[in-house]
Amino acid sequence: MRYLPHTQEDIDQMLGVLGLDSLDALFSTIPSDCRRSRPLDLPDAMTEWEILAHLEGLAGAVAAAPGYKLYVGAGSYDHYIPSVVSHLAGRSEFVTAYTPYQPEMAQGTLQGIFEFQTLVCRLLGMEVANASVYDGASALAEALLMAIRITRCPRVAISTTIHPLYRRVVQTYFRPTDYEIVELPYTQRGLTDVTLLKDSDRFAAVAVQSPNFFGCIENLAEASARAKATQALLIAAFTEPLAYGLLKNPGSLGADIACGEGQSLGIARSFGGPGLGLLAGKLAHVRNMPGRLIGQTADTAGRRGFVLTLATREQHIRREKATSNICTNNSLCALTAAMYMAALGRTGIKQLARRNYDLCAYLRGSLESAGIRVPFDAPGFNELVVRLPEETYARLLEKKIVAGIRIGRYYPELEDHSLVCVTETASKQDIDQLVKELSS
Amino acid sequence: MKAVLGTTGLVLNEPLLWEKGKKGRQGYSLPRAQVPQADIPPDLAGDGPDFPDLSEVDLVRHYTRLSQWNFGVDTGMYPLGSCTMKYNPKINEKLAAIPGLAAAHPLLPDILCQGALQLMAELEDFLAEITAMDAVSVQPSAGAHGELAGMLMIHAYHRNNAEHRTKIIVPDTAHGTNPASAALCGYRPVPVASNDQGILSLEQVQAAMDEQTAGIMITNPNTLGLFEENIRAISQVVHGKGGLVYCDGANMNALMGIVGMGQIGVDIMHLNLHKTFSTPHGGGGPGSGPVCVKKPVEPYLPVPRIVRAENRFHLSEDFPLSIGKLHAFYGNFGVMIKAYGYILSMGGDGLKRASQLAVLNANYLRQRLKGILHLAYDRMCMHECVFSDKHQRPLKVTTLDMVKRLMDFGFHPPTIYFPLVVNGAIMIEPCETESKEELDGLVDAFAAIAKEAAENPDLLKKAPVNCKVGRLDETAAARNPRLTG
Repeated sequence: MRYLPHTQEDIDQMLGVLGLDSLDALFSTIPSDCRRSRPLDLPDAMTEWEILAHLEGLAGAVAAAPGYKLYVGAGSYDHYIPSVVSHLAGRSEFVTAYTPYQPEMAQGTLQGIFEFQTLVCRLLGMEVANASVYDGASALAEALLMAIRITRCPRVAISTTIHPLYRRVVQTYFRPTDYEIVELPYTQRGLTDVTLLKDSDRFAAVAVQSPNFFGCIENLAEASARAKATQALLIAAFTEPLAYGLLKNPGSLGADIACGEGQSLGIARSFGGPGLGLLAGKLAHVRNMPGRLIGQTADTAGRRGFVLTLATREQHIRREKATSNICTNNSLCALTAAMYMAALGRTGIKQLARRNYDLCAYLRGSLESAGIRVPFDAPGFNELVVRLPEETYARLLEKKIVAGIRIGRYYPELEDHSLVCVTETASKQDIDQLVKELSS
Repeated sequence: MKAVLGTTGLVLNEPLLWEKGKKGRQGYSLPRAQVPQADIPPDLAGDGPDFPDLSEVDLVRHYTRLSQWNFGVDTGMYPLGSCTMKYNPKINEKLAAIPGLAAAHPLLPDILCQGALQLMAELEDFLAEITAMDAVSVQPSAGAHGELAGMLMIHAYHRNNAEHRTKIIVPDTAHGTNPASAALCGYRPVPVASNDQGILSLEQVQAAMDEQTAGIMITNPNTLGLFEENIRAISQVVHGKGGLVYCDGANMNALMGIVGMGQIGVDIMHLNLHKTFSTPHGGGGPGSGPVCVKKPVEPYLPVPRIVRAENRFHLSEDFPLSIGKLHAFYGNFGVMIKAYGYILSMGGDGLKRASQLAVLNANYLRQRLKGILHLAYDRMCMHECVFSDKHQRPLKVTTLDMVKRLMDFGFHPPTIYFPLVVNGAIMIEPCETESKEELDGLVDAFAAIAKEAAENPDLLKKAPVNCKVGRLDETAAARNPRLTG
């Protein structure tokens, strides 16, 4: 086996040092009724090329470009990943290290994540960002729990325009607790109806997603005002952080916590994971924030360096009193996102976000001209809800065009609708072709 | 002694990203616009984030230099206890990057993602076989997420039996995240001490277990690297009072093909694919923490589950007792691909061999190091063993001093000051992928350091000297947090 360096001579010598006569003797402390009675029934070891061929076969049974035209977003977006990002994120010094417990030997990871925290704060207009959580859904769940810890109020209000799968993860996290979830409905424009929040209500948090699940850009300033009136924190969730290359950021609109999915920032879709859970907030709340944090310090000679910090929030010190059980998170994805943000720069992210916005507006205009109904008129970022009968959707599938995802299973009132997404990887010709197929 | 690995290298300084670059530079290019600019309401439009503008060359130099300040498994031995820093096969990365898998969208109709579903279903089967458990969900994103899944299932199990239990037993040799995971489900962790052999005794569990206790979270092998020999009797006691046995399987690397966890009384366990199954650790993730269960707990597994029908794979939500979803989609598929590839590379015999050699390496180090460092429990260990600085303390030299000096010899330090039951712990897990020469090198390094501790402790206090930076002031970092630049 190519990963195992031991020769028989090595094994004999090592067993000799231990005074043992076989490898089996190493396991003598394990009672016999705990031992397996039969060997592992797994496929025989395969060569690299056999495995590669096998997985390429499996990949062939997945619909992807270029064979298929996919107009699918809903929390997992097709953005071009520059070669420089994949190349640098693949450097094995980053890939094969672990959590930087020993900072002198991990300054690469540490500086890289410190830079990540900074870029995330600048993107979202927040003061502190952690070193990542698992995905957008767990980021929302952790943000809500954080708000409950801060306010000591056991109720949260969550918009129904938040990604429906994120809301299900929140339900899972909340199920063993007594915390109450109140859902906020949406208006005919496809935006959260925050007017239902009365001044007399008390919530730990009001959570709104922008751009929301329908692609519509929410009025976060209004949500913030209503949240403040109920003494709640405003949580601004997102599935598409690229939008903040163009839009006012959540911090400037009054968000206390911003959380969401960072997959758009240079990370492959990979059937939904690994993505990148982003969680950012205010410095005043840092001690209630879950997850790891990197801070700047100096060494004995006064040179700048970085360390894991505020560890007193963590499990190995406070065990059951820790702010969360987050330990391993998505560090390499965070580093990748920092590389992507740095590759774009301010100039690039503004252009790219603009392009996504313009393409979506063009799609909307083309659909409306073709007489296809787009039910929500609020401005959208790179996806929108389109009325699309099931038979049309099925007809396009046969032509290897995936016209968004069906959303009736999440919103029964929107049966016969798809959520359709276009990013910079779609050309004008692609969109024209899609609209033509839809209207024929 | 042979020449030591550590030496001073060509280490270049590198500023922070925003201390470089120039406005107007770009490391990214967009094609020319083909559609007109759309109007955007002025109250929505922002100024764009204050990112530095860098060229592609700026970026490459920046991150290449940063990477050179890092030490990974590819750099050298990384004997970080309980983290299983084994070699990460290069084909893993290649497999995860296969375009059809890397570009797969998670919300396609089942019929369009059969290959991805097949891979996940087969991986679940493999893991069930390796653990001798009945059913698996690969949805949890990391070990602690798997623990949370386990606790949620225990909670749901008792609720379904119309019971409300308030406590859970957590031994002092359990992983640090265990009590935090239990607390998330409202359970009060009841600590139970290990005995003078470093394992749990039946009597202590008997004394702690009652009908208010939901179960036990046990790490096996435990964080002292010892097999919990009384596990079967302990499980019987817990089951006798209606509780469930949760096993933290982070240390499964000792037991593949040796112990069937499903036959020793474990009801639920998680695995860490980034540990036992060689997917890399990535500087702290992404990981993957599948949960494996016995039949009575199966109805509670997260949804969607992958089911087979008529030679097709489907994602099914039809499990009314399920705890629900833990991840927006199905978990860290990109990590699963690597673990799947690893299992196919090794085969059943190869996995067993890996466990045997991991245990051989740990015991070899235990035997050879015990004259140099104090060995906390002088008995056969599994995949790791725990030493302490007891011999060096009279010299005013600590575990921290010794491991910082170890860096200068070209080794990553072991896990230190954990588990908490050993004062000044030095927890060493060598892994099966280290050769005898590497292990001998580590022994020589510790021998040299112990000698220095006696003769010239200043060398240790000033260590490391061969790294990018010297010892960093962690107290100042926590007192005056500077978390952004």
